[in-house]
Amino acid sequence: MKLINHDQVLKKMSPRKWKNSVFKGLFMFATALALVVLAILLYRIITQGIGYLDWQFLQSLPSRNPEQAGIKTALIGTIWLMGVVAPVTLILGVGTAIYLEEYASKNKFTSLIQINISNLAGVPSIVFGLLGLTVFVRALTLGTSVLAAGLTMSLLVLPIIIVASQEAIRSVPMELREASFGMGANKWQTIVRVVMPAALPGILTGTILALSRAIGETAPLVVLGLPLFLAFLPQSVFDMFTVLPMQIYNWTSRPQEEFHAVAAGGIIVLLIMLIVMNSIAVLIRNKFQKRF
Amino acid sequence: MKKRFKYVASTLMIGSVLAFTTACGANGGANSSSNGEQTASEENQQLQGEIKIDGSSTVYPIMEAVVEEFGMNQPGVQVSVASSGTGGGFKQFIAGTTDISNASREIKDEEKTQVEEAGIEYSELKLANDGLSVVVNKENDWVDSLTIEELKELWIDSGETKKWSDIRPEWPDEEIKFYSPGTDSGTYDYFNEIILEDEPIVEQATLSEDDNILVQGVAGDENAIGFFGFAYYVENQDKLKVVPIDGGNGPVEPTHDTVESGEYAPLSRPLYIYVKNESLKNEETYEFVKFTLENAGALSEDVGYVKLKDEEYEAGLSTIEGLK
Repeated sequence: MKLINHDQVLKKMSPRKWKNSVFKGLFMFATALALVVLAILLYRIITQGIGYLDWQFLQSLPSRNPEQAGIKTALIGTIWLMGVVAPVTLILGVGTAIYLEEYASKNKFTSLIQINISNLAGVPSIVFGLLGLTVFVRALTLGTSVLAAGLTMSLLVLPIIIVASQEAIRSVPMELREASFGMGANKWQTIVRVVMPAALPGILTGTILALSRAIGETAPLVVLGLPLFLAFLPQSVFDMFTVLPMQIYNWTSRPQEEFHAVAAGGIIVLLIMLIVMNSIAVLIRNKFQKRF
Repeated sequence: MKKRFKYVASTLMIGSVLAFTTACGANGGANSSSNGEQTASEENQQLQGEIKIDGSSTVYPIMEAVVEEFGMNQPGVQVSVASSGTGGGFKQFIAGTTDISNASREIKDEEKTQVEEAGIEYSELKLANDGLSVVVNKENDWVDSLTIEELKELWIDSGETKKWSDIRPEWPDEEIKFYSPGTDSGTYDYFNEIILEDEPIVEQATLSEDDNILVQGVAGDENAIGFFGFAYYVENQDKLKVVPIDGGNGPVEPTHDTVESGEYAPLSRPLYIYVKNESLKNEETYEFVKFTLENAGALSEDVGYVKLKDEEYEAGLSTIEGLK
């Protein structure tokens, strides 16, 4: 008996190869489409806004004269906002993920929490803005401060960090934990010294996504009543401030074409900030990824 | 090497997807230049304090200009201007968190009651004029003017799709495309007050909070009609055709002069600020409001609105004089 029928194989070879190249082409097309859109977007923004991008742009307040308009207060405000959002979301988000994955018993209640967290990730951002307005701005009388806006933004992005961190913690092999227990470590030691380092790259990926969302959101901050024009910088987390996306949005809605170009300049600065932030996270991730 | 490229690519992708949302609105418009006009003030005395302003996004550019100039003379006064819309601004004003509320329409009766219930006394001051401009596509060669009655017929919902020939029989038998500012805006409120009179707006209308979207919509469709603030028409004159409005005394086109003189009626609307009287007792707020009224004429022209007559600014100044 012949094990391999060569005629049969030859006959089926070409459709199989053909199928392979069709799918390869399809996937390449999908990637190319995303890259082309990205390239067009970057090209438009950069050609439009690069003329306005100089030191003076970063150093000036908004102005009715596009030539003199700048983003000083908005840029500093965005950095302040990130200063609140990053630690709050990391501590609360990773904490929640560790509890749910490592400590909580798997029952109906925890799966209910699980479903709710996933659902929260899909709630429109404006709803979080209304929540922030009632709780932080009004009830806790924080006003339109960095702290109030930072906490609102943290709530908005927490689900993203929690879900990503949970995935990361879950993907740490059970054997690693068992080995750690076997060596006499307790649960806390295992989490801190074994699980966390292994899960860190995944957690950082979630953080990148979450902070990128927080840095670009406008709607909830508009609801909080954040000012657009400020002639002064925040000195503490209880001071008023404004952020880049709000300033950019305002400029794009102006009738004068020049302001649209100024807005493009602001978008470039926002993009650079995002890339810098993400690069830092990517660097940290790569450093830890080598350990396993 | 390849791996590094992947990281760079994915970083760029995440970043740009997020930037995309903010970038969407950044296009359209025509050329113009707004020259910074120096406004001199002989203030020597340096004031301290805090002034909070919120309200209409239509009025925002004027206030931005005022605060910019005021800040050069009085850097010690911390002024913040938000732009959460006329209605949103009044909510803050009622809650007592702002000193000044910008408005692109008069305060509504229900807002008035709420302000009074909150025990807040206020003064209404006019800043500038804006001519609501009704525009059609550049290719539209049939509409040469519209009466108020025809505007009502166009914009009030009748449950049927509307054709140009329904308005005047000699006009083409084509479906009309409507573009209107969003219902939260003071512009819509004003149009509602004059034209719609609380009847529902035509169902097919495309509503957008961003007037540049409306400009693009009308510029891109031969059968489109829309309305928005005068500045958006002026900046896009080469793409749009403005419709002279017949308010009873023959068709009048909105121009700087017809809006200033009040000839362009009834679609000329004043822009307001509402000031908390209690705040006027603070010297820095008083000086700020005084500075606003003294310079609003020139500065509103700078940002694309039409100044009021001098008497109206003087009337405002004497109002606040009495409340010092």
